[in-house]
Amino acid sequence: MSKDSLFSKKNMKLLSDPLNDNNPITVQVLGICSALAITVQLKPAIVMAISVMVVLSVANVLISLLRNLIPSRIRIIVQLVVIAALVILVDQVLKAFVYDVSKELSVFVGLIITNCIIMGRLEAFALGNTPGKAFLDGLGNSFGYGIILIIVAFFRELLGSGTLFGFPVLESLGVYELGYENNGMMILPPMALITLGVVIWIQRIKNSKLVESK
Amino acid sequence: MKLFKNILESVKPHFMEGGKLEKMHPAYDAFETFLFVPDHTTKAGSHIRDAIDLKRTMITVVLALMPALFFGMWNVGQLHFTAIGEEFTLMSAFIFGALKMLPLIIVSYAVGLGVEFAFAISRGHSVNEGYLVTGMLIPMIMPIDVPLWMLAVSVIFAVIIGKEVFGGTGMNIMNPALTARAFLFFAYPSFMSGDKVWINTADGVTVDGFSGATPLADLASSGDSGYSMMEMFIGMIPGSVGETSALAILIGAVILLVTGIASWRTMLSVFAGGYVMGLLFNLWGANPFMEIDPLAHLLLGGFAFGAVFMATDPVTASQTNRGKIIVGFLIGILAVLIRVFNPAYPEGMMMAILFMNVFAPLVDHYVIGANIKRRLKRVN
Repeated sequence: MSKDSLFSKKNMKLLSDPLNDNNPITVQVLGICSALAITVQLKPAIVMAISVMVVLSVANVLISLLRNLIPSRIRIIVQLVVIAALVILVDQVLKAFVYDVSKELSVFVGLIITNCIIMGRLEAFALGNTPGKAFLDGLGNSFGYGIILIIVAFFRELLGSGTLFGFPVLESLGVYELGYENNGMMILPPMALITLGVVIWIQRIKNSKLVESK
Repeated sequence: MKLFKNILESVKPHFMEGGKLEKMHPAYDAFETFLFVPDHTTKAGSHIRDAIDLKRTMITVVLALMPALFFGMWNVGQLHFTAIGEEFTLMSAFIFGALKMLPLIIVSYAVGLGVEFAFAISRGHSVNEGYLVTGMLIPMIMPIDVPLWMLAVSVIFAVIIGKEVFGGTGMNIMNPALTARAFLFFAYPSFMSGDKVWINTADGVTVDGFSGATPLADLASSGDSGYSMMEMFIGMIPGSVGETSALAILIGAVILLVTGIASWRTMLSVFAGGYVMGLLFNLWGANPFMEIDPLAHLLLGGFAFGAVFMATDPVTASQTNRGKIIVGFLIGILAVLIRVFNPAYPEGMMMAILFMNVFAPLVDHYVIGANIKRRLKRVN
């Protein structure tokens, strides 16, 4: 068995694949619920992405370390305990340091536990791979999750409230004097779904690998 | 006409296979078949030759819309001059309204057809005529003062998200014109509802006692529309441009029914549903809005317009005869239900039709299933 280094080409693919070809949101269509709920503004979306990144990569490493000890019959409950412990940690940290964002995210931090991406990666990857690889896989998938969150939140905040990170971009550009109005529909959840759909549409135009052959 | 033919013939080679502008062929094809009867014939399979093709169907609907459109133009002028307290004649009111309405129609067609042409060219299919009607419907269900760029945004949204993502004309599950209106309604509510948008008052100088609210909004707040039944029927009331006159819409309905383009089942059942629901509310009578004459429900707001021109859309309506009756009836019931129960939406017709558009395939599924079951019984 040849030992390849942590940053070999094969391992880097673990990082880059979930960004496009195997994106957890747009290709596997997992974690949609949170993607719709917290993308009204950029700041909570980014905090959410970082929280998921912490939970997913640490949980991946922990489960990977424990993978030979966990009896397969009770593996789901063990995974759940690990995820839940991490989510509570993250929740406490958010409450301590960015209380306003934590309030905005409200129940959705707790709901990271039910985010299918995390459970899916633990089941599909961490249980069968070494901790190093599992860490990279966790990072890659949370990047893939985060990037979609940020794209959707960018358009929703810009068009819906005319701001970015709370900074009134459109007002400083002076488009309101020309008669421009914020699009109230972008703030509503249906528009998150439609924006996500458009992102998937554009991705499939660019990436022919994703298009099913007829 | 000869001139057009010559121009088309002279540029034709560029658009055919191997020509410089081969990619633009769908656009050329659209113009050629719009102006002239195409000379190509089907190459395989059996086919029925009928004078009524998609283009003629669409043109008939546009013609049926004309009475409501012309009345709407006059009504816009009439309301404007009354609001600011000026004298007007039939002609001056009509011209004022026409000048207000024309930009909306032009923007709607230009933007909508632009998007359609772009999709047709990028996908290599021919441009469909579906937008001819949609493009006329959209300005007619807008308040007269809607900013042009908002209209353009909603048209783009409706054509792309409402139609093209499903595969274009004939594949959409929701009425594109109503999709445009629903988009505007939720995106820019202050421009689509309330009592400021329905009557053009230029710079806001109005006569004493002026109210710009629609009769429906008045009914929801006070239980009194402030208009007589006859005024509602003729349509001298504030509202979206095309929807106010039940009389003009009735003329359109007759055109559609005589030519057999719209389904009488849908129309009749929508009106029946609305009437029945109005009667039920009369029996209940918990507030003044519930006690109004059920006929007023059919005359007010977009009910008649929706029943005649929107619910009958052959693509999004139910495909089976029994389904048409069920879906139509439910549209009528829901529209009145939303009006009376939900103060946030004084007009329920848009929601009711869009909602039942989504359920039409399900209704069809069960209607067909029931038919199969019934006939199977005969065999066994």
